[in-house]
Amino acid sequence: MSESIFYFLQQVTNGLTIGSTYALIAIGYTMVYGIIGMINFAHGEVYMMGTYVAFIALAGLSMLGIDNPLLLIGLALMVSIMVASAYGFTIERVAYRPLRSSKRLIALISAIGMSIFLQNYIRLAQGSRDIAMPSLIQGGFLMGDPNGSHIMISYMQIIIMISTVICMVGLTLFITRSRMGRACRACSQDIGMTNLLGINSNNVIAVTFVIGAALAAVAGMLLGLYYGVVNPYIGFMAGLKAFTAAVLGGIGSIPGAMLGGLILGVTESLTAGYLTAEYKDVVAFSLLVLILLFMPSGILGKPEVEKI
Amino acid sequence: MLTLENVHTHYGPIEALKGVSLNVQQGEIVTLIGANGAGKSTLLMTVCGDPRASAGTITWKGNDITKEETSKIMRTGLAVVPEGRRVFSAMTVEENLSMGGFFNKTTYDQRMAHVLELFPRLEERFKQRAGTMSGGEQQMLAIGRALMSEPELLILDEPSLGLAPLIINQIFDIIHKLRDEGMTIFLVEQNANQALRLADRGYVIENGKIVLEDTGANLLVNEDVRKAYLGG
Ligand SMILES: Nc1ncnc2c1ncn2[C@@H]1O[C@H](COP(=O)(O)OP(=O)(O)O)[C@@H](O)[C@H]1O
Ligand SMILES: [Mg+2]
Repeated sequence: MSESIFYFLQQVTNGLTIGSTYALIAIGYTMVYGIIGMINFAHGEVYMMGTYVAFIALAGLSMLGIDNPLLLIGLALMVSIMVASAYGFTIERVAYRPLRSSKRLIALISAIGMSIFLQNYIRLAQGSRDIAMPSLIQGGFLMGDPNGSHIMISYMQIIIMISTVICMVGLTLFITRSRMGRACRACSQDIGMTNLLGINSNNVIAVTFVIGAALAAVAGMLLGLYYGVVNPYIGFMAGLKAFTAAVLGGIGSIPGAMLGGLILGVTESLTAGYLTAEYKDVVAFSLLVLILLFMPSGILGKPEVEKI
Repeated sequence: MLTLENVHTHYGPIEALKGVSLNVQQGEIVTLIGANGAGKSTLLMTVCGDPRASAGTITWKGNDITKEETSKIMRTGLAVVPEGRRVFSAMTVEENLSMGGFFNKTTYDQRMAHVLELFPRLEERFKQRAGTMSGGEQQMLAIGRALMSEPELLILDEPSLGLAPLIINQIFDIIHKLRDEGMTIFLVEQNANQALRLADRGYVIENGKIVLEDTGANLLVNEDVRKAYLGG
């Protein structure tokens, strides 16, 4: 195989890695939007806090003398998921539920306020400078000729992709098989009817926020380890990217969020690989503008159906 | 069993119910008839707390439920088949039914068997998405879904709306059957003739107010009712 094919495949691999994490974060946007029709602007901050909690947990666990990297990652991931879920739950309770019956704009402002609050709260608590995440997992598979054309898939990339697949399969089983998951889908179709069946939609909404936060924490921890740094501002860009992914796939659609994340990741990576890295955000957000203009319901989203 | 006293309901500035009083006794079929926009749906939905009554009292099995949350009211033995059916169209028949039986897991299997026995068609379509079914099938699903909670009082809003005569007869047969099983039914129908034949008692609503109350048989022969709702 020629060198250019290897180069292309390498970019795609990198893109799928980043895209997986976009997809994980995008689920939170899309599920919440699907049910209450609101963009949870604080979601990017939950992702950011997930990274910090993971960092703190890793430091604490290493001090306890745990040194198996996979065990460390697994335990820190659990801590991060739990703390982020608690945040997701609390954010909904404090900032959104009291405004459930008010105008959308008011809830949106509350969401932005919550986002600013969380960012500054972490900035005050942890400082605003970059913190280096430990590089626990090194190395990877090399395919091709080590001295010539090859692609390199790092173990960290493999961990990210496998974790994402596990999360997505778990989520899919949850929303199709479990009672609560089905109630989430019912709420996203007709929340009033769900209440008329005796299902408390407030509980369903809370579950949605918790799931979104948990998946964002997984993305936060994995991406933190992958990039090796964390600061209080990473939530903003990651949030925008994931939001773009959700819109690209069709906001409200879970498979759409998965697909949108992967497409966005690969697009960015190809831009960085073939044009220049500086343009990757430009391309990502141009994509957002183009979808909003020409395909507002996204790839898998349905145009608003009139309810009869 | 269900009592409304001087109930008012507003949609913003619009007063859709202007002091409605009525009652439904255990084992009865009570029907509500009235022109389009008279407030029939509003009345049924106000019982369910969606929209909430702005004044008056709604008592269900001795408890004041006027200010209760919808989902809580609907867990106390009431079930509704709303206007327009409102099935979850992207979900399968089975999933729709399971949502109806969401909060009571213990007798789920018996209730499912019972519903499928009443509506064999739903069993044939068990794994089909609700949105792909015919109007009549969707109406059966909406009724089946309501029955999944094993209600004491079933509230039906125009179950025959937009259906072919043959299907309408099937739906009315089912309502008959449910009554024979001892279920209390509160029914709004466009098809006043058929509804009054079936009902023990009926109320006539005009412009948000109850203007007449009598047995179904008496209303069927009432001059004013004949003129206004039964086509002469
Ligand atoms: N969601 C709503 N918002 C505003 N007005 C409404 C709404 N629903 C019903 N109305 C008004 O309330 C009145 C009663 O409507 P409804 O209860 O649907 O009547 P019916 O079921 O007898 O046809 C009508 O004037 C209707 O326009
Ligand atoms: Mg109506």
